Amino acid sequence: MKDLIEIRWHGRGGQGAKTASLLLADAAFNTGKFIQGFPEYGPERMGAPITAFNRISDEPITIHSNIYEPDFVVVVDDTLLENVDVTSGLKKDGAIVINTTKNEKDLRKLLNNYDGTICTLDARKISVETIGRYFPNTPMLAAIVKVSKIMDENIFLKDMVDSFKHKFAKKPEVIDGNIKAIEMALKEVTFYEKK
Amino acid sequence: MKERLSGNEAVATAMKQINPDVVAAFPITPSTEIPQYFSTFVNNGTVDTEFIPVESEHSTMSACIGAEAAGCRAMTATSSNGVSLMWEMIYIASSLRLPIVMTVVNRAVSGPLNIHNDHSDSMGCRDSGWIQLYSETNQEAYDNMLMANRIAEHPDVKLPVMICMDGFITSHAIENIELESDEKVKKFVGEYKPKDYLLNSKKPISVGPLDLQSYLFEHKKQQSVAMVNAQKVIIEVAEEFKKTFGREYGFFENYKMKDAEIAIVVLNSTAGTAKAVVDDLRKKGIKAGLIKIRVFRPFPASQLAKDLRNCKAVAILDKADGLNAAGGPVFTEVTSALYSNNVKDVKAVSYIYGIGGRDVKTDDIKKVYQDLAKIKDQSTVRNPYRHLGVREE
Repeated sequence: MKDLIEIRWHGRGGQGAKTASLLLADAAFNTGKFIQGFPEYGPERMGAPITAFNRISDEPITIHSNIYEPDFVVVVDDTLLENVDVTSGLKKDGAIVINTTKNEKDLRKLLNNYDGTICTLDARKISVETIGRYFPNTPMLAAIVKVSKIMDENIFLKDMVDSFKHKFAKKPEVIDGNIKAIEMALKEVTFYEKK
Repeated sequence: MKERLSGNEAVATAMKQINPDVVAAFPITPSTEIPQYFSTFVNNGTVDTEFIPVESEHSTMSACIGAEAAGCRAMTATSSNGVSLMWEMIYIASSLRLPIVMTVVNRAVSGPLNIHNDHSDSMGCRDSGWIQLYSETNQEAYDNMLMANRIAEHPDVKLPVMICMDGFITSHAIENIELESDEKVKKFVGEYKPKDYLLNSKKPISVGPLDLQSYLFEHKKQQSVAMVNAQKVIIEVAEEFKKTFGREYGFFENYKMKDAEIAIVVLNSTAGTAKAVVDDLRKKGIKAGLIKIRVFRPFPASQLAKDLRNCKAVAILDKADGLNAAGGPVFTEVTSALYSNNVKDVKAVSYIYGIGGRDVKTDDIKKVYQDLAKIKDQSTVRNPYRHLGVREE
């Protein structure tokens, strides 16, 4: 892993992109990393485009700006591809992780012929099958852990089990579904390597 | 204990460990989470604080004043227009020498309406007689909270303290933090035992009566002396804090200042961003440094002048525009400190930046150092009152 990994999340209000960025920060913290997890607060309303950020490092992090040249971008809602410049500043050796069922050709076209690595996951299908409702953030969280390799997948899975048990102490019925969502997502990420 | 918390969680945690007698609050973004978290501690019995949910910030400060005058330890938190609505009572709190501790989660004061970070709220009340401590990180906000009561309640001081941190940037970002144990914190902060207070029936006093030509001036002089005394107390408390918890604090932090030719003076979270830029410039052999002011009130004028005297050019960054046609509030105070301490050959320039939450990137800070590299060799500073990262058209 590089000294400092910077991740930018694009989602829509209510899809849990902010929560996913905080969960990722939590998971990385539990492996001993220095972390930042923060959203860019705007007019908060359901469905509006939102951005959230993570910095993860082995060293203390002092920078307190938004992230303009991320190593990885996560897109939680592929309808954003049409009107948000999601690959802006994305590093050449980085990757974009998208929740979508679209194919590589269509995605590259939507991304203005972006030629870096694209990773896709059908987070809707996974979420509906495992959790029973559309919560794309859990599978997307697993996808970015797999793609960015910020931690061992098994350690991540174990950590998330503990964290879900804590987070959903009052809703134990959703714990199994979320864990299954992570297991499925770790297996189902599709990689389209850079050109 | 290693944890990861937002700035608001860190402050609420400190308040929980201190367990004050009274917390009064009215919600306002981005400080709302502090009383919100704290009220859960009240609800589940973790603290035995009297929590007073008031109907406005004017009442928040009034309730804190009443509680402190009665002999209690009182705390609150607010932001932006919450500070504005408290205005009358902010001055009364300090004039009555009531050691209230208030977190100000810095946010732009309206208008037009903006919920994001700048320092117009706390800078607006810089002359209200409150001690002001600024925090770069969640850790510093937490540590400042642990030191605040010791400073405020010291018999030579007896002044209220404002702990400032950047709205959203610090208040809502999750970062690593080192928390101390409840026992250690309780022991360090100690109990509040005021000498005179309203509920002491053995020694009745009155608080805040009419104070006309024959006395007000003397009382104001005493406030002024208290602010001078606070300098000594702030350093004593910081030294004990270092012995107890290991982390070091002073009036300000010098970052790579020893041989610095060009330097930035800045408050709060931007200091961290600027440190990363200083590190880059140092790798290129550029003698860049940074001073991060922690204690803005009392203002460490002679100490700043001493540590800036060997620089060739200094940029003072203000996240509040003084609108005085001459430069931001930190700039005017730093330059006046230089002049009054007979430091006259350091070139100084004011940058207003980050207003209303405008993001401050490393590139913005780099530009300031590039400007300073030119300024240091010029005979005079052309246009010393500048705005950084603003669209001009």
